[in-house]
Parts: sequence; structure tokens; C-alpha cells
Amino acid sequence: MKILVVDDEADVQPLFLQCFRKEIREHEIEFDFALSGEEALVYLKEKHSEVVLILSDINMPGMSGIDLLSRIRHDYNVPPPPVVMMITAYGDEENHRQAIENGANDFLTKPLDFNLLKEKLKTLLA
Amino acid sequence: MYILYFLAAFLLTFRLKKVLQDTPLYTKWKNQLNYGWGIWLIFGLAQSKMGDSGASIVGCLLLLGLLQYLSREPDFEPFQFYITAHYPLVAVGLLDALIELIAPDFYEKWRSYFGFAVLAAFVWIYARWVNSKKQRKDLEVATRRNTELDRLVTERTAELTKQKNELQETVKLLQATQAQLIQQEKLASLGELTAGIAHEIQNPLNFVNNFSEVSMELIDEMEEELNKGDTAEAIAIATDIKQNLEKIIHHGKRADGIVKGMLQHSRSGGDTKEPTDINKLADEYLRLAYHGLRAKDKLFNAELVTHFSENLPLVGMISQDVGRVLLNLFNNAFYATQHKKATAGAGYKPTVELSTSLDGKNVRITVKDNGTGIPDAIKDKIMQPFFTTKPTGEGTGLGLSLSYDIIVKAHGGKIDIQSKEGEGAEFIILLPLTK
Repeated sequence: MKILVVDDEADVQPLFLQCFRKEIREHEIEFDFALSGEEALVYLKEKHSEVVLILSDINMPGMSGIDLLSRIRHDYNVPPPPVVMMITAYGDEENHRQAIENGANDFLTKPLDFNLLKEKLKTLLA
Repeated sequence: MYILYFLAAFLLTFRLKKVLQDTPLYTKWKNQLNYGWGIWLIFGLAQSKMGDSGASIVGCLLLLGLLQYLSREPDFEPFQFYITAHYPLVAVGLLDALIELIAPDFYEKWRSYFGFAVLAAFVWIYARWVNSKKQRKDLEVATRRNTELDRLVTERTAELTKQKNELQETVKLLQATQAQLIQQEKLASLGELTAGIAHEIQNPLNFVNNFSEVSMELIDEMEEELNKGDTAEAIAIATDIKQNLEKIIHHGKRADGIVKGMLQHSRSGGDTKEPTDINKLADEYLRLAYHGLRAKDKLFNAELVTHFSENLPLVGMISQDVGRVLLNLFNNAFYATQHKKATAGAGYKPTVELSTSLDGKNVRITVKDNGTGIPDAIKDKIMQPFFTTKPTGEGTGLGLSLSYDIIVKAHGGKIDIQSKEGEGAEFIILLPLTK
């Protein structure tokens, strides 16, 4: 399963790689990263068929996670559509409502609870 | 006829007494002038002992003596005009008497003319008296007017002095209020910062938490690997753990720096200039301003573009003050783009651009936005204290005015504004490298 993580903080990359160390070793999960919404769109142009799940931060300079989400839902609507989970440091109603409204499958808050994320991935894989 | 000379002498003393009555000179001259009554005694003696011409000569000499006496007294200087009017009478009188003595026939023949001349001289005195009386009255009126004017001037002066004192009090009060407002402006900008700061601290804290947790898991895994005897894998895990600890330190320091910056921002006073990395300072405040606004308006999003000139020399500055200026400019820029977004179409992309560069002996900081811009009509006013376009309660109107003070007065720099209404604004700060 290929997962694209979109976050402007570069340090989330080693964090994900280490948290999913076992899964990566077992080749259950493969991670790719983008540092902005724009970068994610470029990436998706080529690899959208491979990506199963997109984890995106909402608060990024430039294109926001919500903008990215609506672009994905618009451009890559052929089934099966990718699962998109939004992540934000502002765990407020407004962000949540907007994410769901724009077609997010789930909504996570920072700091990320990796055990919870793993649980969610398990149900996704099953 | 001779009675006229005595009458003139008497009237002279009498009138002088009357005139002096209301002045401080009166007590000095009262007794002497009262001797005027003695004139009638002399008159009585002269009348009984001498003939007409003898009495006339006595009267004239008496009058002449009196005139001579009065002329020498400086106290009677103001009445000279009236006193000298008596000389014609003395002259005409003496001539009249002498001619009567020397040439009685001639005198008899022209008697009526002589009598007429004496009378004319007497009437002349009266005319001069009336005239001088009028002059004195005019003088009196003028004096009264002067006194009145003096009184008015004194009154007005007192009034003005009172007003001046009141104004001075008001100015003092205003100065105190201004100091308070400046402090409030600082606190207000700190309030705007709080949300940004919270976000900025939250991010590194998240990393500290996440990297700590994952490191603990890694240690468990490392134990497992060691128990299995796979030392190569254990060493690989140890390397990861070390890296994680470095990340924890890095993000811990990041949070630390933000808190220190916040404390510095709220601290007042400190006016020592220290060498500062302008790129770092500007970037820090740009993020704080952005996240501060984001915390208030969750839907707002802007593109932050930075062009930092590498290898800029450190600039001596009061960093919390310059930081406050930058924060203010960023807040304004975001506010302008936020407002434009409300009316502009979907194609509008709020952008705030921050650039630094070396410009001769100055460092140039440019804050550019594509927001609502500044109308020409208010361009001259925006640096004035208390001028604000924001709704009441949202802006103090002191932001740019304080910025001007900080950059121009405290740092010897410059602030330039370029703007087209509806297209955006550009604020250019020049800070001198050496002072």
C-alpha cells in the first residue's frame, strides 16, 4: 500500500518512516512525501493510480490541505478514489466541517497518535 | 479798574486750589493757596491809602510777584499755559497806570481804549482758563481710558496665563495617555501574537512528543534484536534513536527560541542595539503574524514568498522594536489581502512577499502584498498617530506611527511606501549598517 504524506514540516518524514518501521520492512506499506500541496499534485499526476491513501496537513503555506483535497476529489474521481485523511494542529469544528464537506474520509489532529493511525490503516487494509 | 488785578490774582489762587483739590499735591499747597484771601486785605489797604493808579500798580505788581512765584514751582508746571495768560494783564495794567500818572491828559482822551485793553486782557485770562480746563478734561478722559485699558490688559494677561497653565496640564495628561496607549499597542500586538506563538510552539512540541514516543518503541525493538543476536540491526536502530534525540533537541530549542522571542517582544525599555540577523528575525515574525491571523480566521490562507539575500551582515538594532515594526507590517499586509479576498473572485491568491537585500550602506527589507492597497487620499496620513482605517476597536491607529518612530527616530532609517489602490502595497524599510 502506497501512502502519500503531505506536510510542510520535513521532520514528519523520519517520524513516519520510524513509526512504520516494521510495516515498511515487511513491505506492507510504502511512503512517499510531498512538502506542499503543489508538490503533491505534481506527484499525483504520475502516480495517482499507485497511491491508496493520502495523509495531508491542512495548514500549509501556499495551497492549503483543503484546496488540495478538493483538487484531488475533482481531478482523480475515477474509482477507486484515493482515501484522504486530513491532519491539522487546529482541531476545531470549522476545519473538521470543511474537510468532511470537501470529501475527506477522516480527520486527525496533531500531535499524531500513531497507534490510532495504525488501527485505522489496519481496517483500511482489511 | 484796579480791582481787576486783585480779582485776577485771587482767581488764580482760587482756581489752582480747586484744580489741585483731587490730587495728592493738595495737602502740600492748601495753606499757601489759602493765603489768596490775603489779596483782598492788600486790596483794602491799597484802596484806602492810594489813588486809582497807585492801587493799579500795587495790584499789577502783586499779580506779577505771584506769577513769578508760581512759575518757579515745578508742581505748577502743568498749569503754565493758564498762568502765562496773566502776563498781558500785568503789562497792560502797568502801562495803563503809568500813562495815567505821567500823561493824565492823554490818558483822559483815550481812557475808554485803555479800559477796553485792560478788560480784553482780563477776558483773555478767562478764555485761556476755559481752554485749559477743556484740555485737562480731555487729558483726564485719556488717563481714565488708559487706566481702563491697563486694567483690561492685566485681566486678559491673567486669563491667558490661566489658560496656558490649563493647557500645560492638558499636555501633561495627553503625554501620560500617549505613553499608556503605546504600552497598550504593545500589549495588543502581543495579543495578536499569542495565537501565532501557540501554533509555533505546538509544532515543535508535537515533534518532541512524537520523536520521544517513537524512540521508546525503538529501544524496545533494539532490545528484541539484541536478544535475537542481530547486532547489526540493533546498531541501525541505535543510529535512528540518536537521530531522533537530535531532532528532539532541535525542536526543543525551536520552542525555546519562540518563548524567548515572545518575552523579548513584551519587554519594554531595553534600548541597546545588538547585532541581529535580519533574515532570521523577519522570517520569525512573518510566521508569527501568519499563524496569528490563521488562528483568528481559520479559512484564511496566503502564500508566503520570501527572498532572503544570503550573507547579509548583522545589523545593529533593538531587535524587539524592529520585530514589532515587521509584525505590524505583516499584520497590515495580511489584513489587506484578507479584505481583498472577501470581494475578489476565486482566482485571487493572497500573497505576502518578504525580501531582504543590501542597498549601499543600508539593509533593505521589503514587505509586499497584493491586497487592497492604500488610496492616494490617505497616503499622507497613514503614518500619523491614531489614524486607522480599521473599524473602531480593531486598531489603535498607532501601529505605523510607532513603526515610524522606531525605524526613523531610533534607528536613523527610512520607511517608504509604494501602493496602488486595489493592487497592493509595498513597504520598504532601510536600516543603516553603521551609525
